[in-house]
Amino acid sequence: MKSEARSSEIHSDRGRAGPAALELASVSYSYGERKALDEVSFSIEPGRFAVLLGLNGAGKTTLFSLISHLYATRHGDIRVFGHPINRNPGDALRRLGIVFQARTLDLDLTVKQNLFYHASLHGIGTRSARQRIDELLQSIDMSDRLDDKVRGLSGGQIRRVEIIRALLHRPSLLLLDEATVGLDIKSRATILRDIRRLVDEKGISVLWATHLIDEVNHADQIVVLDKGRLVADGRASDILVRTSSDTINQAFSKLTGIVDIRSGGKS
Amino acid sequence: MTAIDFAAGEERKGFKLLQYLICLKGILAREGLRYFSQKERFVSSLVRPLLWLFIFAAGFRQVLGVSIIPPYQTYVLYEVYITPGLCGMILLFSGMQSSLSMVYDREMGNMRILLVSPFPRWFLLASKLLAGVAVSLVQVYAFLLIAWFWDVKAPIAGYLLILPALFLSGLMLGALGMLLSSLVKQLENFAGIMNFVIFPMYFASSALYPLWRIQEASPLLYKICLLNPFTYAVELIRFAFYGQIEWFSLAIVVTVTLTFLGGAVLAYNPARGLTIRKQEMGASN
Repeated sequence: MKSEARSSEIHSDRGRAGPAALELASVSYSYGERKALDEVSFSIEPGRFAVLLGLNGAGKTTLFSLISHLYATRHGDIRVFGHPINRNPGDALRRLGIVFQARTLDLDLTVKQNLFYHASLHGIGTRSARQRIDELLQSIDMSDRLDDKVRGLSGGQIRRVEIIRALLHRPSLLLLDEATVGLDIKSRATILRDIRRLVDEKGISVLWATHLIDEVNHADQIVVLDKGRLVADGRASDILVRTSSDTINQAFSKLTGIVDIRSGGKS
Repeated sequence: MTAIDFAAGEERKGFKLLQYLICLKGILAREGLRYFSQKERFVSSLVRPLLWLFIFAAGFRQVLGVSIIPPYQTYVLYEVYITPGLCGMILLFSGMQSSLSMVYDREMGNMRILLVSPFPRWFLLASKLLAGVAVSLVQVYAFLLIAWFWDVKAPIAGYLLILPALFLSGLMLGALGMLLSSLVKQLENFAGIMNFVIFPMYFASSALYPLWRIQEASPLLYKICLLNPFTYAVELIRFAFYGQIEWFSLAIVVTVTLTFLGGAVLAYNPARGLTIRKQEMGASN
């Protein structure tokens, strides 16, 4: 398959024979006349940190809504660890942890109540949920905020609780839509570090959507969207070479500007 | 946690019955917490029917005599007559309010958290609906308790017997609200729906006056009342107070509930397009 050939090019050090963590094939989506996504295909291998780069309006949020089954994929195919999201949403969604761009915690409930609610939405019983919540909150030093109302937390803390929530059901693929937008530098760094650690230590796969280019590492897979079209997909360092750029910033400008350079494997 | 917990190879399929119950319990608990953490909401939901009972009914009883009609075996005070209608009104407002909160949740993003749960969507929506009904039943009984002290009383057994009738009516009105919430694009539009749905449903029904009176006044209005499912919800509750089942009303309420519920599940099914149509508004890219 075309996408397999392309992702092997990224030569995942964790490469395995199983299905890709996320695979999109020719996904298109329109809002009436306006095409938000146009024949987008890429895949993410298990255990990789992939960055979805694009300016506002590039189609990132639409893509996330399709992957999380909020919108139906009418054209193309999306699979999460081999499970087609359209035909088998249950099996795909249970492997998926999602952090939406908009804040989605209940402000009037406590951190604990919010987390228990999410656990129940994944069929996780009280005892098991309590144990997971304790572990996860400890890992981000927020155990003492368990009984605080969400309204009293800072923006960075709310984000971290949302990430904890997305991890409660132990997903294999974590989607984050502009998770660091509106946060101060310190919170941004902490969150990014924590997510990268999850990839390294737990082998979880991450799709990190952002328009903040400084969040990209050279070893990351980057997927660049421009006006709904995929303009690059590959390892950041390879894309630098391909676009003869010194910085990712420069590469991004070239890719979303006049020059359209697709990853080499694509015909 | 170990790496194995996140491993993709591990096969996870389907849910056990117990997990369905955990999910339902979680949704019920959240609805309850949200409702009772806002005391104003609880108080205001009680004040509305009490105003009708204390003021409207007191004034109106001099104007409108109610003759002996089933299920009543004696002349009853007007307050007694409108109590089932006020129970229905609580359910009506509550059903619309919980759907209003769904529109709000959708704008605020909370609805997404519900909809990305791996449980089947019909189950999530039905649980959400049940949670709304459970909260409104608490309101109805709180209202009936206060009415009791105001000397508006029904046979003791009646208070238990109305439970299934209230539950069914609550489901019907909640399902209607859910269907409407899926069709409404934005919060502002919802005020219109309140005016065009709640008030006509309430006034063009047997909640405030017996249907034979309406028939005398206006045959057209009488026909409208007969087409209004809310009429049958009220009658179902009214008869249940006196230990009777109004079979025709029961059949109507059950049929309408199933219809609205089916419509709501379809409307929230992403493949059907209704969700997409309204999400265009919110989607920024």
